[in-house]
Amino acid sequence: MNPDMMTRTLLYLDGVSVSFDGFRALNNLSFTIMPGEMRAIIGPNGAGKTTMMDVVTGKTRPDTGHVLFDGKVDLTRQDEAAIASLGIGRKFQKPTVFESHTVWDNLDLAIEGARDPVSTLFHKEGEERDRIDEILGIVRLRERRHELAGALSHGQKQWLEIGMLLAQNPKLLLVDEPVAGMTDAETVETADLLREIALTHSVVVVEHDMTFVRDLGVKVTVLHEGSVLAEGSLDHVSADPRVVEVYLGR
Amino acid sequence: MKGGFLLRGLDRSGLIFLAIVMAVGILVPALNLLVPPGNPFHVPGYAVSLVGKYLCFALLALSIDLVWGYCGILSLGHGAFFALGGYAMGMYLMRQIGARGVYANPDLPDFMVFLNWKELPWYWQGFDQFWFAAIMVVVVPGALAFLLGWFAFRSRVTGVYLSIITQAMTFALLLAFFRNDMGFGGNNGLTDFKDILGYPVQAAGTRATLFFASALALALGFLLCRAIIRSKLGKVLVAIRDAESRTRFLGYRVEHYKLFVFTLSACMAGVAGALYVPQVGIINPSEFSPAQSIEMVIWVAVGGRGTLIGPVIGAILVNFGKTYFTAAIPDFWLFALGGLFVAVTLFLPKGIVGTMGDWSRRMRRQPSSTPPDPTVKPAE
Repeated sequence: MNPDMMTRTLLYLDGVSVSFDGFRALNNLSFTIMPGEMRAIIGPNGAGKTTMMDVVTGKTRPDTGHVLFDGKVDLTRQDEAAIASLGIGRKFQKPTVFESHTVWDNLDLAIEGARDPVSTLFHKEGEERDRIDEILGIVRLRERRHELAGALSHGQKQWLEIGMLLAQNPKLLLVDEPVAGMTDAETVETADLLREIALTHSVVVVEHDMTFVRDLGVKVTVLHEGSVLAEGSLDHVSADPRVVEVYLGR
Repeated sequence: MKGGFLLRGLDRSGLIFLAIVMAVGILVPALNLLVPPGNPFHVPGYAVSLVGKYLCFALLALSIDLVWGYCGILSLGHGAFFALGGYAMGMYLMRQIGARGVYANPDLPDFMVFLNWKELPWYWQGFDQFWFAAIMVVVVPGALAFLLGWFAFRSRVTGVYLSIITQAMTFALLLAFFRNDMGFGGNNGLTDFKDILGYPVQAAGTRATLFFASALALALGFLLCRAIIRSKLGKVLVAIRDAESRTRFLGYRVEHYKLFVFTLSACMAGVAGALYVPQVGIINPSEFSPAQSIEMVIWVAVGGRGTLIGPVIGAILVNFGKTYFTAAIPDFWLFALGGLFVAVTLFLPKGIVGTMGDWSRRMRRQPSSTPPDPTVKPAE
């Protein structure tokens, strides 16, 4: 890719490799996400999907390779908090919300604003009330705003976490298996929600559920053994014999 | 703005708690000074010092609850911060003795004369001034906590490893303060105090004032902790306690928050130690012993961590029990303490106040205690 193209990308991974105790979780992985794009990433277990997210969000440092955000910021030199402040939000595979906080407080913690101790100590409640209320409406948790997040059902926790991502208002959302453990109806609604979010944000979705990926109707990247196996529309990659082999086995 | 900030901590239970603490702070000294001995309402002098000591322990327990109950940092070395505050106050009290010591040296405390020291070490300079000692009471424990926290939290040392580091810290200080050439009185520590701010330490009026000061410090410490817990910073602390890495991915610098709360907590523990020393009349290295710090954590666990009021109750109850048992059946105390900890862990995992809170919530709203039905659709 020429330098001019590179500076226009939102997320740029080039030759990224990560090993854990000799196991190559990522093997010379390269792909790019353009601003405003929504991308689905699929692949069998152990393909390196979650490790890829760990690298982008600063949890894992790659052994080699470049990870650039916005065409200029080297993410391998930043820690988690700095990367989050740059505008990368993450939803975890297992819904991770603050269980002993109320739904409202979860969103209040996530909402964009100053993150240093002095600002939070003297922070006045209520400035973001309208925005939080709006998000509660989007993720359909208005009725449960005062309940503890730990008391929500699995699907609702997933939605709360998506709501927290919205509150963060990042440039890029990394969403790891958003419909795991959801009912069919919830899955369809989640696809609608993500498509709506994608109108104003760049989104990377990692998912196993093929129906869901089809519902999203976006470009698909197939990972296998830590590198890109195929890329294109879902129909295109499904027709690729290597993808069929990886998914169905020999 | 700051005034409004502190007022955030005031709700009904907070007000009741403050009213009780201040009532005790005024009533106990009043019943000691104004009611003549022999009257059934008279509070004897030794009881004033004893309860005053409990109030200092309560403030110490409060400081532990702030870091452990709300931020998940289990410090097993808070006794060190308490003792350092105590030593800072003890150094001031030693300098006030002046020429009235056994060796009648106007500048050097007795133990230094005994060790043939010719002049005051540099780190004893300034402690003849109360204001200087008062600043050191807060600064020394705070600086140590800041330094330890700076390295530990930045390297992401958490959980049991952090507890072990804090335990090692207090043990190292124990060994250091035992040494005579450290210049803190070695094994015997600092004692034989005469005056504080020109008033005799042993006098009934001084004792009453110290008691009131301890109650006031406890009330202010409570107010401060409450205000912090109610602020957004308090929410971040709980978030760190429950899901540290998630908090990082939201953009919060977890190490800064931990450092802030750990340092503040150490400062509070230092104040507690400074009020403790003139009331008991001695400070020696045994306050640094790891067992002391573990006992403090037990007070908090018994009262209920993460409740602020609980640790205060726990500290007073356990120490009352300790006073009673060590007098009545001295050999029995350690068994009682161990048994208490096992019983609380098994039957009251949330401590006294936490368990009571659960009961009252269950009484008030039956349905919320049952887990929500997962088949219910998200409400529109």
